[in-house]
Amino acid sequence: MMRVTRCYHFPANHRLHTPLLSDAENAELFGKCNYPFGHGHNYTVEIAVEGPVRAETGQVVDPGALDRLVQSDVVAPMAHANLNCKIPEFGDLVATTENLAVVIEQRLRARWDEVFPEGPALCRIGIRETLNNYISKAVAR
Amino acid sequence: MQITRRVDFCASHILSSPSLSPEENLARYGPEANPHGHGHNYTLEVTVEGTPDPVTGMIVDLKVLKDLMTSEVVDSFDHRFLNHEVPPFDTVIPTPENMAIEIWRRLAPHFPGPVARLHCVRLQETDDYFVEYFGS
Repeated sequence: MMRVTRCYHFPANHRLHTPLLSDAENAELFGKCNYPFGHGHNYTVEIAVEGPVRAETGQVVDPGALDRLVQSDVVAPMAHANLNCKIPEFGDLVATTENLAVVIEQRLRARWDEVFPEGPALCRIGIRETLNNYISKAVAR
Repeated sequence: MQITRRVDFCASHILSSPSLSPEENLARYGPEANPHGHGHNYTLEVTVEGTPDPVTGMIVDLKVLKDLMTSEVVDSFDHRFLNHEVPPFDTVIPTPENMAIEIWRRLAPHFPGPVARLHCVRLQETDDYFVEYFGS
């Protein structure tokens, strides 16, 4: 079994805040991440795919096709953007790194079968929010 | 339990299928198909899985693993043009996927065990591109 991972980079800003809590509770829970005007990170997103190595190409996935999909549906809309304001999914979802992985997975799955009708499978999304924070989300088949 | 050892090597390659025209190869592989080749600083990580020996406390002697990775891979790949100098890449396209399979093929016979078995060959071609092979 072969897994191929490509990494993408973009800067964005966000604010962690939920309408389910009071302002005081948000400040207590999220601390500096709840400051009213938000703050930014240099995000690194890892996209891992799994599948057989195709005999004719020697590749699991066409890296260019993967790059085009991730660029158009993830990087371009999120780069240099305020995630809370510009990414509709965060309208009622806290813009944590965990939820960012969920949103990126949804966006990639939405067009995955159209772009890769013969595979490979999307298998994992990793996000490094800072050099000290990393989350990894397995993608259910 | 798993233990991982890392080595680095530098090599040239070109991604090009003999069954395609130069234009078709450029369309498929992009600049990786540029006719005179190009190079990467590769990072190879080999992970062995097993149970620590009760006497040595080790799954595998890291020195032995390092020497194997050096003799089986680095000594033949490092500072070589893979397509021209390192079989089977005269006939097998040296994508990182095919390189990982070849590295696995070279290392696997040294881990027949159940005590220590080859778990993963991870080959990093650039900071943003790596493959992991877990055997067939």
